[in-house]
Amino acid sequence: MKKRHNRIFAVVRKEYLHIIHDYRTLFIVFLMPVAQLIIFGYALNMEIQRVDMAVIDRARSPKAQKLIEEFGGSSYFNLFYYDGRYADIETLFKTRRAKVIMTIPRDFDRRLLRRSMVPVQFLIDASDANAATLIRNYCNQIITNFNLKTGNRTALPFDLRRTIYFNPNMKSAYFFVPGLIALILIMISALLTSVTIAREKETGTMEQILVSPVRPREIIIGKVLPYILLSFMDGAVILAIAKFVFQVPFTGSLLLLILLSVLYIITALSMGLMISTVAPTQQVAMMMALTATLLPTIMLSGLIFPIASMPEILQYFTYIVPARFYLLIVRGILLKGSGFVQLLAPSAILAFMSFFLLNVAVRKFSLNLEK
Amino acid sequence: MNAIKITNFHKNYNSVEAVKGIDLAVNSGELFGIIGPDGAGKTTLTRAVCTLLVPDDGTIFVDGKDVVQNVARIRAILGYMPQRFSLYPDLSVEQNLRFFADLFQVPAQEREERLAKLFRFSRLEPFKKRKAEALSGGMKQKLALSCALIHTPKILVLDEPTLGVDPLSRQEFWQILHKIRDEGSTILVTTSYMDEAEQCDRVALFFKGEIVGLDTPENLKNHYPFPIYKIYGGDLRGLKSFFDTLNTVHTSQLFGDALHVSFAEEPSLTDWKAWQAKSGGNLQRWVHHSPSIEDVFLELLREQT
Repeated sequence: MKKRHNRIFAVVRKEYLHIIHDYRTLFIVFLMPVAQLIIFGYALNMEIQRVDMAVIDRARSPKAQKLIEEFGGSSYFNLFYYDGRYADIETLFKTRRAKVIMTIPRDFDRRLLRRSMVPVQFLIDASDANAATLIRNYCNQIITNFNLKTGNRTALPFDLRRTIYFNPNMKSAYFFVPGLIALILIMISALLTSVTIAREKETGTMEQILVSPVRPREIIIGKVLPYILLSFMDGAVILAIAKFVFQVPFTGSLLLLILLSVLYIITALSMGLMISTVAPTQQVAMMMALTATLLPTIMLSGLIFPIASMPEILQYFTYIVPARFYLLIVRGILLKGSGFVQLLAPSAILAFMSFFLLNVAVRKFSLNLEK
Repeated sequence: MNAIKITNFHKNYNSVEAVKGIDLAVNSGELFGIIGPDGAGKTTLTRAVCTLLVPDDGTIFVDGKDVVQNVARIRAILGYMPQRFSLYPDLSVEQNLRFFADLFQVPAQEREERLAKLFRFSRLEPFKKRKAEALSGGMKQKLALSCALIHTPKILVLDEPTLGVDPLSRQEFWQILHKIRDEGSTILVTTSYMDEAEQCDRVALFFKGEIVGLDTPENLKNHYPFPIYKIYGGDLRGLKSFFDTLNTVHTSQLFGDALHVSFAEEPSLTDWKAWQAKSGGNLQRWVHHSPSIEDVFLELLREQT
């Protein structure tokens, strides 16, 4: 028997040569995710620090001073005294000098000693509603602390104690960085493969290789394989940044995370290839790949907005977003230490999606030049 | 058996009829040329032969197999060189060749021998590490031809392989095609250069999706019915308007250095002397000219309209 070369490997070898020859793209492929992760990782931060707070201290007493120190000592607030006219306090908001104004009444100490209710007024700028809620929570927290310290405890019929699992310090990075991993991986992977077939159509090489015994499935698989490795290396860089720059905990098994990430990468690459078989040019292919990955991943995967709070119709749409399932996997492994058994369902769905997309790509692959 | 047999082939693009029902048979071992201007339908025809387009009507058989039903088997025995340079520009000469060798599953033992041979006749060996995009036009075409030949195809289809290539490289390219034909391959080649028809065993003259003439180049020229003369003089334009008034003149055409005139009947020496006197010395010299394929082509078009 004559030894025959496998055509899939012929395509793999050719794609590999394209990848290493095009070092500009290679550079972007590795630099872009790093830049994205670092920029988004720091920008997507729900914690608010150093909120400007104007203080109107009518009491000017030791107890009031204590309260002010309580606020000033926390990293959340940046205090300054306001001694202008009370009628003009709105200008504080309008000129953005303060986000919150605290007014301590004249008889603060006296009423505190008598253990009666002391009204301290907080005016919060709610033009950014989320920020206003956070600021209110911070204020509540500090007031509660103050009350505890001064022994000014109001009796409650029961005692509320909160324990937060998995992200006890409620760090935004722990929540967002895994989400960004999902976003960047799908975006880069889909972009990479979306141009591969479209490029061959555009430069005419498709016409040449079609007149050969090569089969659609050999081209499709041959084009996926080298990009799995490339995207995987990309993923490794991102995970390293997550660990060493953002100090996201790696609670679960790293091996499992890598395996399931490869699965997710294959889903994304398949999506890119499917786009590539229908797009006439590289530019159209890239636009399609971006549209198909960026917005759905940000909006419908649970990356930022919880799926449970979406309208029911939109919730159904989330089932076709691969990132939705990968988020369960990556957050599960990183933060909760989930094992494979707990992640079986999302993994199976991703595997099914890859299989489905690859099949569509093979079917859509036109074997001639007819439109 | 014909290597390629085309019967009543029709192809439309939307409402435009690109090819209007042609019949054509290419014999095995023949170098067959399809000659015609741009837009004649040459590319449509070659693509259909290569199974890349599906005929709207009629049939095409390649090596005895229908192009619609036997796509995979035909593709395996075909060597195709599209009109546009269609190799990978970022791959080297050798990488391109090896990729196509892999694609056609050329057995490992034959591969090196085959590569050496292709390098020998294309003389691309010294450039084998060079990227395809850095090659000259002529070298690109030779590389494309080599890639189309890597699997020793029975039938080679070339779509305007010499388009935009310098005359010397064109000459060399045709010599290579002759060698391939002599080794037993069938070649179907298209060109818009009329003079290249002489290089083919047989040609089909193609115009607006129809065949207007089909024969060996010799026969086509021999059947040209009118004597042609090349006429030299001082003012060629003046000469042309003079000859156009004569009844015996069939056609006249200005070329760079001379006027080509075909006559309804062979002019006698006395005719020439009379014309020379009438033109006032403008008519200097006349030589008998054997018709070129271009003359034949233009005559055939005239008959058509």
